[in-house]
Amino acid sequence: MSKLPDPWQAGLAAGWQVTDASRLAQDLQLECDVAIVGTGAGGGMAAELLAQAGLRVVMLEEGALHSSGSFRLNEAEAYPQLYQESANRQTADKGITILQGRTVGGSTTVNWTSSFRTPAGTLGWWRRAHGLQNMSEESMQPWFERAEARLGIAPWETDPNANNAVLARGCEALGLSHGRMRRNVRGCWNLGYCGTGCATNAKQSMLVTTIPAALQAGARLLTRVRVQRLLLAGDRVKGVLAEALQADGVRASGRRVTVKARQVVLSAGAIGTPAILLRSRAPDPYRQLGKRTFLHPVVLSGALFPQRIEGYYGAPQSVYSDHFMHVGAIDGPLGYKLEVPPIHPLIMAATLPGNGAVHQRLMRQMPHLNVTLALLRDGFHPESVGGQVRLRDDGSPLLDYPLGAVEWEAARRALLSMAELQFAAGARAVLPVHEDAGLARSWREARQMIAALPMQIMRTRVVSAHVMGGAAMAADERRGVVDGDGRHWQLRNLTVIDGSLFPTSIGANPQLSVYGFALRQAEALRQRMA
Amino acid sequence: MTLSRRQLLQTGLLGGLTLALAGRLAEVPAAPGFAANVADRQLIMALAPGMLGPLPAGGAAQVAGNVLKAIDGLPLAVQAELRQLFDLLHNPLARRLLAGVAAPWPEAGEQAINAFLQRWRYSRFSLLRSAYQALHCLLGAGWYGAAASWPAIDYRLPAMMKGLL
Repeated sequence: MSKLPDPWQAGLAAGWQVTDASRLAQDLQLECDVAIVGTGAGGGMAAELLAQAGLRVVMLEEGALHSSGSFRLNEAEAYPQLYQESANRQTADKGITILQGRTVGGSTTVNWTSSFRTPAGTLGWWRRAHGLQNMSEESMQPWFERAEARLGIAPWETDPNANNAVLARGCEALGLSHGRMRRNVRGCWNLGYCGTGCATNAKQSMLVTTIPAALQAGARLLTRVRVQRLLLAGDRVKGVLAEALQADGVRASGRRVTVKARQVVLSAGAIGTPAILLRSRAPDPYRQLGKRTFLHPVVLSGALFPQRIEGYYGAPQSVYSDHFMHVGAIDGPLGYKLEVPPIHPLIMAATLPGNGAVHQRLMRQMPHLNVTLALLRDGFHPESVGGQVRLRDDGSPLLDYPLGAVEWEAARRALLSMAELQFAAGARAVLPVHEDAGLARSWREARQMIAALPMQIMRTRVVSAHVMGGAAMAADERRGVVDGDGRHWQLRNLTVIDGSLFPTSIGANPQLSVYGFALRQAEALRQRMA
Repeated sequence: MTLSRRQLLQTGLLGGLTLALAGRLAEVPAAPGFAANVADRQLIMALAPGMLGPLPAGGAAQVAGNVLKAIDGLPLAVQAELRQLFDLLHNPLARRLLAGVAAPWPEAGEQAINAFLQRWRYSRFSLLRSAYQALHCLLGAGWYGAAASWPAIDYRLPAMMKGLL
């Protein structure tokens, strides 16, 4: 246990209703007003609002409860405990590796705190191309303001770490627009270990904000419980049926949990929510469910600098550039946002290409390594239709996301942009994260090399930390799964409150988009229940 | 794309072997998990220097322990896939024809191991590339997730956390 304060210890001692379902000696039946499946950005926000409105709320979380006392800045411990599939969730063809949380607080417990409102261009596209007329900056402003106030989202005034400074310096040298991020932190120590769970409770994740508040207001939390299906009766949902997991978080224990509820909220994320609906054989008359799942596919470029970068220390993300988001039409060749990831040994070893002595030499230069990333804005170009969630034979979800010509074209363009930028920032060598790439010693050499790289899965490294879509909002039932309030088109008392209802990708790190829409939709649900 | 006779043989064999193994797995009603055995440990230890470069004494054994522990925490469907991969590599015929390694893994030479890794890394068959990438990821995580690997890469936890964790 860490010696830093852990507010969960006091809360549990004061009688918060938290049940670790792996310890159930028998089946459990509960009744409540609202059952919320998932405790991430959507479920957390909904739980606080609804519990404080006096409704009886039960939260069901597949992951376990881990709080700051057990956050030891250790990747090998954190990935199995806090992430879906030990931070190695993959698409069906294994072409894309997905970082997604699975713990109390969901991805907010492990994300890198980057906070952007939904870009105006994205909302405009939803109005024009998806008919969502009331999705505007003005109509969303109060919800974003409320989320920002709740979670301490504010400009990060501290100097960027050296890894982020590379991005700023490269942009300045090339005349590219760039900016500083806002972050959801209060009293941040600038450690750089957001991804292994915030040991100081500075990050204003759901784990330390809304979920404790909901528990304080009388909500109940069940952990290590995997919702199998909705209990359907005609056009209504009577509740959810779940299986308790064993303490390993992998196998079912054999105990069943049934939660009857007046309203059910699905907040299981953009892979989990469609999977529950698929397992439940929920009505899907227009074949929209699980379709158009977006990932912001990410390609990466490493660069070695003469000076130490130490990208493991300091706020992981503080600088971004949207320059390449705006060079063409929003539905033209895919735009991309430039950022940097934190650099920690386990994930770098798994991500960097090569093997043997070459890989070892690269790892030994890790203190001098910058990594820049480009996240592709998928879901706008007519050929960028995203992926599809389907079920394995055992009922577990699998995302099929084949990368096509439009994504690969953008990936190559992004690798070029990043290499040029890294040399402009003073890199002595650049390594596109690709199995066929070597260290390029000049921009000219990098350009020739990248032009010739075969763009294929499992040669080009592609990763994702943003899962969106699959249960899209739509202006009418033929074009999506839920309406603008997140209400399921066919099931009257079912609401989706998470990133799965976005009709495209966001085009920015999505947490604040999820928070804002969650508040808007949870408030609409509260009013319907009043 | 024209396939050489050898490549056709490879795909046919791979398909056949995979089907046979999948069929065997399907006979077991409950998802069994990976259920690691001694041969799995030996295989990882044999591959570790090729994948990770020279390791200090005891390094390969540590990697094997960490990899098997990590596999045990993966979803059962992924564990079953990895079981298929390891069973395939344990099969002497597959080891010879698909991996190109004549000797049993613990006796295979450095060159043979390296050639196998490069062959699968750049294979035109995405199934073999994905198998290489799975091994790359597991072994890389198994070593660099361990504090024993950190001095060599000059990595340490932030000084201000000393005594707090």
